[in-house]
Amino acid sequence: MSSKTTFAEISPSEFFYRNRDLAGFTNPARALYMAVRELVENSLDSAEMAGITPDIYVRIVAENSNPEIPDPKPYRLSVTDNGTGVAPQHVPSAFGKVFYGSKYVLRQSRGMFGMGGTMAILYGQITTNRPVTITTSPDGKRRYGFQMMIDIGENRPTVLKRFNSDANGTTGTRVDIVLEGDYLRASQKIGDYFKQTALVASYANLTFVDPLGQVTFYERATTSMPVPPKETLPHPYGVDVEAFKRIVKLSEEHDMKSFMVTHFHRVGEKIAMKFLEFAGVSPKLPPKRLNANQIVAVVDALQRFPDFLQPDAAVLSPIGKDILQTGINKELQPEFSTVVSRPPSSYSGFPFLVEVGVAYGGKILQPGVKLFRFANRIPLLYDESSDVSFEVLNEEVDWRRYHVPQDAPVGVITHICSTRIPYKTVGKEYIADRPEIQREIRNAAREALRQLGIFLSRKGSMEAVQRKMNIYGKYLPLIAQFSTELAGKKNQPNYHALIGEGGETVEEEEAAAEAELEQAPAEEGEDIGKKEESEQETIDKYGGS
Amino acid sequence: MARKKRASKKQSTSTAEVRQSTVQGLLKDLGGSIYSDLDEGRFPSLTLASRSVRNIVYDKKLQQFVLGPTTVRKTSGNIKHIRPFTQLVWLAYFAKKLVDEKRTSTLRDVFYSAQAFNVEFQDQAESDELITDLEVLMQMAREGMNIYPEERSAIFGNMTIEYTVPGYEGKTADLSANPDGVMIGPALTTAEFRDTDAEMVLAIEKGGLFTRFTEERVHQKYKAILINTAGQPPRSTRYLIRRLNQELGLPVGILCDADPWGAHIAMVIRSGSANAAHLRELTTPNAVWLGVWASDIQKYKLPSDKLTEVDIKRLYELKADPRYTERMWHEELETFLKYKRKSEQEAFARYGLSYIVDTYLPEKLELMKST
Repeated sequence: MSSKTTFAEISPSEFFYRNRDLAGFTNPARALYMAVRELVENSLDSAEMAGITPDIYVRIVAENSNPEIPDPKPYRLSVTDNGTGVAPQHVPSAFGKVFYGSKYVLRQSRGMFGMGGTMAILYGQITTNRPVTITTSPDGKRRYGFQMMIDIGENRPTVLKRFNSDANGTTGTRVDIVLEGDYLRASQKIGDYFKQTALVASYANLTFVDPLGQVTFYERATTSMPVPPKETLPHPYGVDVEAFKRIVKLSEEHDMKSFMVTHFHRVGEKIAMKFLEFAGVSPKLPPKRLNANQIVAVVDALQRFPDFLQPDAAVLSPIGKDILQTGINKELQPEFSTVVSRPPSSYSGFPFLVEVGVAYGGKILQPGVKLFRFANRIPLLYDESSDVSFEVLNEEVDWRRYHVPQDAPVGVITHICSTRIPYKTVGKEYIADRPEIQREIRNAAREALRQLGIFLSRKGSMEAVQRKMNIYGKYLPLIAQFSTELAGKKNQPNYHALIGEGGETVEEEEAAAEAELEQAPAEEGEDIGKKEESEQETIDKYGGS
Repeated sequence: MARKKRASKKQSTSTAEVRQSTVQGLLKDLGGSIYSDLDEGRFPSLTLASRSVRNIVYDKKLQQFVLGPTTVRKTSGNIKHIRPFTQLVWLAYFAKKLVDEKRTSTLRDVFYSAQAFNVEFQDQAESDELITDLEVLMQMAREGMNIYPEERSAIFGNMTIEYTVPGYEGKTADLSANPDGVMIGPALTTAEFRDTDAEMVLAIEKGGLFTRFTEERVHQKYKAILINTAGQPPRSTRYLIRRLNQELGLPVGILCDADPWGAHIAMVIRSGSANAAHLRELTTPNAVWLGVWASDIQKYKLPSDKLTEVDIKRLYELKADPRYTERMWHEELETFLKYKRKSEQEAFARYGLSYIVDTYLPEKLELMKST
């Protein structure tokens, strides 16, 4: 309990101030990248949740225009979006208070702690002691402006100035912060971030103006957007004792049965009854009468009860096959691309879904395998080798099996969406190797690579056929010419049909290789296959995704 | 004089013509089979005797190596074979043009000519190899198709020949007119033998001794036609030696260095080479190896050198060769191995320049008469 006391003594703002390394604001280079990312993610979320195709404008300018001043130095970062805007009365809290905001509910969105944007503001404030400027228009009529700082000790915003203007019909938010950054060293990551965001959010227009004034514009390639996720009740598997207590406290039900049905995801009367019997709790017991021991026993039973339904995929918002493939084709311009979307699955009660894209060839991909990792549509750019996707591709995929030559230009895109991504750190850069997630990535990657393998072997045999046609096309006429002269004939023999006809071996070999690939199991183990079938069924039944 | 008469007969003129029309007929047949394959929608293929080492066998009766019964099929239907197949057909086509127009070409010319027809070879080794395939296919030496190697052999002696090559038909040449000898090229190889008083042919390995012999007037003293083989004789030279032997009935004696390489020159003139196992008419089975023998080194007390390891290795190879089973040959190989010494023809110079002609040669010629 002593640790809890410690938490009570400091505000969340102060906690993050003291532990900013955890959130990824490690040094001026990384902090600049993190600030860009957090603000852009907020902006994308704001547009997407409202079904608006995002237009995001990002600009980084050195505060002092003298270019001789070396990095690290203060930069002004401004991010403008066309999202829903924020109601003026919520602005100070939404941007000036840690753990406040729309994200502290159970649904899939980019941020998880609801504090990314606030962290960026906080970091700017502590490095430059400059206020943040926010202007927002929820209705397109008026634009509300705020200049404010965060009171770290009190976890409370201090508004310095308010100013309003005409919104000229555009909704959305603009955030301006001044922070110490090292653009020289951050530029590569920031560039990668935009490229990869453009790949995964192919429906967004992204404009980035760097400190030198160079403009990079990523144009949207589609206007279709992923279905926004629904908010959801917690799934029984994902609830711990503290959460359970909180739910009990908020509940108004008079018996356990209706309590279970009301507060848990995909628990109906039948399952509630079955569970309560399993847990040894009377269905008629009022929830508030549960004592501490009973709560622990019920939570324990929640984890062990085998018959809870898998989480509904509707809470998840996958990118979708078409949108992701559009993004891959737009940003990587490959010769071949494919996207495999796995059915929803869950780990520890949290629903998740894996999408894997594979791109091959083209002018942009370099020789070797390049991994693009995304979690809830956020590009993950650091600590690649600690990530579960990296592990799967390096240790669990036998590339030779898919006829992928060494040093082939291959891009692998992994996207994991979940109501809770199991990041290993608050910095949100790599995903823990949960066996369930690992399995889904593995199966998706294998399926996608199998398709690449088929493409490669077809391409190989088409090339072989073409090569053969060329060779026969060259030599058969010569043979005809020489033999005509040798035989003393006047006209050439009728040999043209032979050019199209092939010789023996090559094609048959290719066909055999292809057949072998068709048969290669994309997934391992029978039990997994069966499980997935049943998952697929339940989802169809409940009309998910 | 009987020989002279026989030489003046017009017999070989007709052989030249017969040879030409035979080649033309064979090439036409070859083209016809390929043509009809193509015309009937089949990938043309050709079947010829395999030249792999395992298919080269010694024929005791013919006293030479021949190709065994194994055959290989070359088909244009195989992507890997169509290029060489096309080149082979081109070679046949090229040979037809040569024979029709009575022109000749060197192996090098062939290599370059291919480029004009879009069937270029990677190197001359490749074109030489396919020319050999064509020989096997046609069962005829490339010289019969007017393709020759670069020449280096020469002939000298009391004989008149009559050319048959275009532009020289009917022209004659006296083979004793030039003391350096006349180069044995395509023109000479196909020439008709006209007038000669020669009673023998002496094939000599090296230019040095050949010149000594002409200077010592061996061609008059012994009524010999002298041939400088310049090392291992090219096929056209072997073919010419055979013709002199067969058409004019002249006995053939061979003089070369006393080492395994010299011995093998004599053997190849007699029995041909494994490389030409697919060819006949290049051997002179009754040619006699006159020297210099291993035993001559002792007998004539010639200056000698030690055999090298390569020489000794070669001797063991020759010992295993079926052509060396004849007693005399076998004994000479054993003598080499016993003393491990070798001598050159020039070694006789220690007894004076004319010793070899005045003393050594008559003794050896006695031997030739006795065999």
